[in-house]
Amino acid sequence: MTTTMAQALNAALRDALKDDDRVLVFGEDVGTLGGVFRVTDGITADFGEERCFDTPLAEAGIVGFAVGMAMGGFRPVVEMQFDAFAYPAFEQITSHVAKLRNRTRGALSLPMVIRVPYAGGIGGVEHHCDSSEAYYTHTPGLRVVTPGTAQDAYDLLRDAIESPDPVVFLEPKCRYWSSEEVTFTRSGPAIDQAVVRRHGKDVTLIAYGPMVATALETAEAAKAEGWDVEVVDLRSLSPFDDETVTASVRRTGRAVVVHEAAGFGGYGAEVVARVTEQCFHQLHAPVLRVTGLDIPYPAPKLERHQLPDVDRILDTIARLQWNDTPVVAGA
Amino acid sequence: MSSETLLPSATPVRFVAEDGSRADEHGGYGEPTGDRLKEAYRLMVLGRRFDVQATALTKQGRLAVYPSSAGQEACQVAAALTLETRDWLFPTYRDSVALVARGLKPGEVLTLLRGDAHCGYNPVETRVAPQCTPLATQTLHAAGLAHAMQRRGEDAVALALIGDGATSEGDFHEALNFAAVFKAPVVFFVQNNRFAISVPFEKQSAAAALAYKGVGYGMRSEQVDGNDAVAVLAVLDDAVKHAREGKGPVLVEAHTYRIDAHTNADDATRYRDAEEVAKWREADPLKRLETFLKSRNLLQDTEIERFAAAAEVFAQSVRDTLNTEPELDPLSLFDHVYAEPTPQLRRQRAALEAELEA
Ligand SMILES: Cc1ncc(C[n+]2csc(CCOP(=O)(O)OP(=O)(O)O)c2C)c(N)n1
Repeated sequence: MTTTMAQALNAALRDALKDDDRVLVFGEDVGTLGGVFRVTDGITADFGEERCFDTPLAEAGIVGFAVGMAMGGFRPVVEMQFDAFAYPAFEQITSHVAKLRNRTRGALSLPMVIRVPYAGGIGGVEHHCDSSEAYYTHTPGLRVVTPGTAQDAYDLLRDAIESPDPVVFLEPKCRYWSSEEVTFTRSGPAIDQAVVRRHGKDVTLIAYGPMVATALETAEAAKAEGWDVEVVDLRSLSPFDDETVTASVRRTGRAVVVHEAAGFGGYGAEVVARVTEQCFHQLHAPVLRVTGLDIPYPAPKLERHQLPDVDRILDTIARLQWNDTPVVAGA
Repeated sequence: MSSETLLPSATPVRFVAEDGSRADEHGGYGEPTGDRLKEAYRLMVLGRRFDVQATALTKQGRLAVYPSSAGQEACQVAAALTLETRDWLFPTYRDSVALVARGLKPGEVLTLLRGDAHCGYNPVETRVAPQCTPLATQTLHAAGLAHAMQRRGEDAVALALIGDGATSEGDFHEALNFAAVFKAPVVFFVQNNRFAISVPFEKQSAAAALAYKGVGYGMRSEQVDGNDAVAVLAVLDDAVKHAREGKGPVLVEAHTYRIDAHTNADDATRYRDAEEVAKWREADPLKRLETFLKSRNLLQDTEIERFAAAAEVFAQSVRDTLNTEPELDPLSLFDHVYAEPTPQLRRQRAALEAELEA
């Protein structure tokens, strides 16, 4: 069936609610309204207020309450309305959600999902476009995943809800409306696996979430330059699938990491470090990054200068060592 | 202070009934002068026109988004009118009309919503904090700034605007507590417009009124009919005076209603029925004040016409401002991230410059 990412997420929630009585959906405006992005559209009508409900407007409250409900045997799937509005819940997420299993030496676990619509490209006013993945991936005890396709939105959300560990589920909001053929049978790879979205032999583009589509577009455009680009979609940011990524880079000998978040101290730095450590002898060039600028996310009219696009990625690929020209890293 | 002296009146303070006649639930508050009420009326007419114009501009793609405050003009205008030039206002995304009433230019007010920059005016010169999007966070800033002004011996106050939904956030409760403990000269003004996007007040709070929230923190609290401009102004004037005299913070809850959707992008028919909206439309704060002032011979038909005509001229200026696209410099993205651009930002700026020239 041709389905948008938002609809695929809706289907995943419905199927999870059907399959497991312990699953609950709650957050701000998720009930009658169906969420500001309509991801929970019609769920309250079909499953009742007991299963999908609006809460008072308080993110720390929502996540903290979910911790208690998970301790009490439920499996909460909560929605944070936008990336930057999850920050009031940061204390709950980092101090408790991530640590309860460890603190209690396994006596208590927190099978819960925190859904966060994140990243930009939708012309949102300030605080609606943050890429917050590095905060979460830096926190041991959390799983952090992000779908780049509608099929993955379905598969990953089903897996996330079944995970015995808490999952921060980052939804690339600029892709909510892109549609594709989706099968609701969970045919995809496991939650912690990266996938090669496109095979190529010259360079590996490593992307995730909103940038997967951009990386694939770049790969098409790169043909004209004579570059055969492989695209790896990480899917799971934490834990990291070293195997798929390093296998790809060993084949191509070149790698570029692409993400929307600011580059400094960003998630890409971790990827570059791992790839360099594990593929040093196969690399023909340093691993480069294409990232957002190191500035607060700009106002909508200037956001196109913030977001990595095909041209910037192609320019970066061009700087990889194709001959003897030295590479200048870290501009 | 005993908790009785902190308690709000049993029913919302009201000077004017819905039909514009005099109501007698004014709880001992003094009535604002006729001139002041006429000025409030003039600004409400201007504010309503501004709101209608801004909403229209979203349809023409001139504004990215606009959260209307139609129906809340009494609150919006009173919030601005009650403050002196030296006082600080802490508005949210919804409070554009309060900024207009404070004297900011339409272009300055709409910069954020148009998508040009995060703040379109100089907060230091205007004593208006940037319109706040993360909910309730500004209430703590208002408490802190009020405390700072008090320490510096200035007799200025801060007034923070906040919606009903945002009072559920932890920051709001921390702000009330800090303000009360430090006796900061701050007024927290809740515009309870009965909805937080789709969530009705009944699902937001089990309290009989949000005004009661202040008492537990040791703060004087009051509730007022938010569609009665006379009452809102009377109560806010008193609250500001209380704060200015060093008697501590005040929490004021105005009972009002958001007539339009949350923003132009929201479909309110999904979560509320037309009958309810129609009922509240009848409680229009403009009409109510107009009837009241006319019945007391404080407002003439010629003045009403004059205010309406001035509002039309103002609307034209809003259109003119928004119809000319300002040149935005992409390289300005690197300004003001730090006091001095870091070496890293200088390199990124040069890279963008090269990209723009290519
Ligand atoms: C911390 C935070 N969480 C969520 C949001 C998203 N959001 C924007 S407005 C809004 C509803 C606010 O309702 P209320 O406080 O009643 O103010 P109103 O919009 O009615 O004026 C929500 C949930 C936000 N801006 N900040």
